[in-house]
Amino acid sequence: MKEFNIVVTGVGGQGVLTMMRIIAESALKQGYDVKTSELHGLAQRGGSIPCHIRFGKKIYSPLVMEGEAHLIIGLEPLEALRACYFGSKQNETTFLVNNYKIIPISVPIMKEKYPSLNKIFENLKQFSSKVIVINASEIVKKEIGSIIPTNIYMLGYAISKDLIPLKREFILEEIEEIIPEKYLDVNIKVFELGESTTQTLSQDEF
Amino acid sequence: MVKNLLSDKKGKKIILMGNEAIVRGALESGIGFASTYPGTPSSEIGDTFSEIARDAGIYFEYSTNEKVALEAAAGACFSGVRSMSSMKQFGVNVAADSLMPLAYIGTNAGMVVVVADDPNCWSSAQSEQDTRYYARLGHIPMLEPSDPQECKDFVKIAFKLSEKFKIPVFIRTTTRVSHGRGIVKLGKIMKGKTKGFFKKDLKKFNSLPPHTMRMHEEILQKIEKIRKISEKTKINFVVNPRVKSKLGIIVSGVSFGYAMDAMDDLNIKIPALKLSLTYPLPEKKIKNFIKKFKSILVVEELEPILEEAVHRLAKDVNPKLKIFGKNGYLPKSGEYDEEIVISAVGKITGKKLKMSLEYHSRKYKELKIPKRLPVLCPGCPHRATFWAAKVGAGTNTIFGGDVGCYILGMFPPYNTQDFIFSMGASEGIVHGIKKTTYQKAIAFIGDSTFFHAGMPGLVNIVFNKSNPLVIVLDNRITAMTGHQPHPGVGITGMGKKTKEIRIEDVAKACKVKHVEVVDPFNVKKMIKTIRKLIRSDEISVIVAKRECQLLAIRKKRKAGIKIPRYEIDQKKCKKCGLCLYNFGCPAFYQEGDKIMIDKNLCTGCGVCTQVCPNKAIRRIGIRKVKKK
Repeated sequence: MKEFNIVVTGVGGQGVLTMMRIIAESALKQGYDVKTSELHGLAQRGGSIPCHIRFGKKIYSPLVMEGEAHLIIGLEPLEALRACYFGSKQNETTFLVNNYKIIPISVPIMKEKYPSLNKIFENLKQFSSKVIVINASEIVKKEIGSIIPTNIYMLGYAISKDLIPLKREFILEEIEEIIPEKYLDVNIKVFELGESTTQTLSQDEF
Repeated sequence: MVKNLLSDKKGKKIILMGNEAIVRGALESGIGFASTYPGTPSSEIGDTFSEIARDAGIYFEYSTNEKVALEAAAGACFSGVRSMSSMKQFGVNVAADSLMPLAYIGTNAGMVVVVADDPNCWSSAQSEQDTRYYARLGHIPMLEPSDPQECKDFVKIAFKLSEKFKIPVFIRTTTRVSHGRGIVKLGKIMKGKTKGFFKKDLKKFNSLPPHTMRMHEEILQKIEKIRKISEKTKINFVVNPRVKSKLGIIVSGVSFGYAMDAMDDLNIKIPALKLSLTYPLPEKKIKNFIKKFKSILVVEELEPILEEAVHRLAKDVNPKLKIFGKNGYLPKSGEYDEEIVISAVGKITGKKLKMSLEYHSRKYKELKIPKRLPVLCPGCPHRATFWAAKVGAGTNTIFGGDVGCYILGMFPPYNTQDFIFSMGASEGIVHGIKKTTYQKAIAFIGDSTFFHAGMPGLVNIVFNKSNPLVIVLDNRITAMTGHQPHPGVGITGMGKKTKEIRIEDVAKACKVKHVEVVDPFNVKKMIKTIRKLIRSDEISVIVAKRECQLLAIRKKRKAGIKIPRYEIDQKKCKKCGLCLYNFGCPAFYQEGDKIMIDKNLCTGCGVCTQVCPNKAIRRIGIRKVKKK
């Protein structure tokens, strides 16, 4: 493998940075060169948070180029759509999207329209045919009563379906390193839940 | 704690953010004193020092502003303790008054000044300032790392240069370097001195004439000596030196990665001179490099500083050289990326990617994606204060803006930042407006910003007798940059207790007649107080005091304290939309014709119950803040 490019995106507070750190540290453990990019400060207050992760034999720049992502993880559907230009049919990008909507304030205030999930799905398809939509937040909420570890659920899903070419054991080791101890058990449980999920949503279920 | 940052395993490879790598570089250089005023994208340098200072046995402080931070670091280095001061680009503007004489006077122990520029203004208002000009303005050597490994390594080089030539040295990063992570190979930590001795030396430390003129000569000589190092150093190097090509590339900073990736994706090899010690420039090395080519592409973000130098140097060695850069090939503003470099190389060589990005971009532009602007968090006390200000003073009031989270008041529906300039500017500008108009005016300023640059503005208003209302948005922390303490908090950057300086006490000491402390969550009282004071014929100060809600919730979560839940009584709700459209808390959303509260977002502040004209929002018990 020459390089593997991931864009993780979502809204501030969804755990995008944590997910990025776990993946990056696991890639180092697996012997790859790694570079990532993130944003802080003004951009973080409820704004969209696209994070870039690149690993492989030798990585120079921290940014994934347009069309060159192999995997785009959207913790929020609209943010997945916003990041869609990182994906392409040529690169056979996989979109892994959580169907949990967070409506931006521009929708009520500037009278913008939040596209239907169906429309988002169709638009993503224009950029790559591999679009996987799961109801991660809903399942996590049902199982543990909070949506917070949705990121870890998505990671479990991605690892178990070989969407990220990194070893499960390394990912788990890094979850243990990075997640504070008192939340660890819940996070491992949610990770395994993500792994055991086989069901994805088809378009008519949106 | 940043994993392994204090590890003493030489050769160990760990992942660090650029800002963390800078701290590691300082630890490997025997630093004893670090100071900063937080500013993104440089903030994590201070935050990392704050985390590790005690364990590393060094001193760290959040100073009141960048000028003070720089002066403190200068004092430390004069006393023989190696020091570092870090700041964002505009921080250098604040510190510049002391930075210029410091360059003349020079250092004793090594001193490094880190500045983080922010192309694209990801985390900055004000301007896309290119701080590289300050290196030239003040004759201060500058190193520009392109990734975390270089961040660490270059800090070590900077300390060596500083100590050898007795001159402060700049490390200049940009957002993508500061906030990029990568693998860093650790070196050995060097335990530095934290105590020294200030030896009086009139000739050295006084920048008064006639010393000034001598110092100017001296610094010019120092720069020429350092230029010789710049010519020889391995960090100014050529990639693909033996490749035959008509085109060469000159590149610095993060753009180096983009250029390397571009060559890789275009499947071509072009000789590239990577410049890292960019002031003083290695002019001979550049001349030697450019004389072989028909054309040169200069890739640098922001201002055409290297490009202009290449134009000047080419006259001697290669007058026919075609120089491509910001003359129609690369953008003059914004940050760069790989696509931008590919496009420039394509224009010159005709080389194109296999994959068409044009088609790709066009399709993307056709998508109509609603913007997700940054917003004040659910339960943010600033929102409540803004609401009260609009009701209490009227929307025809001039709302002076300042720098902090409340900068987001610029966006609808708040519309409470009629101008945004720089730290502390709200008071200065509002004073000028009050002197020249008959309009009502409020200056909004944050707590940390008040201590940073707001005190002189307040004193000036009292001294020169104008009558604005100053509202200090005191959320008990420097929130926007990641919750750093300030003089009003009572805790230092080392986590030690210190005197809490109350803003209301400062205002009273400045002879402000009307000083009121009001909890923004008490909307009624806030409106009443603003209504009363906005028409006063003397300056008034309201300290809107309430802890940042992010912090409050985090504390509650840790302590297992439950927070109230709220919902909308659909029978009472008249769908006026005031909560959604005018109050603008992100916890409200619309489903069909119903307005609802997102229970995952609501932080239970209850301010909306006071805002709703139909009393339709009610408390329905409490929920435990879920543990992750």
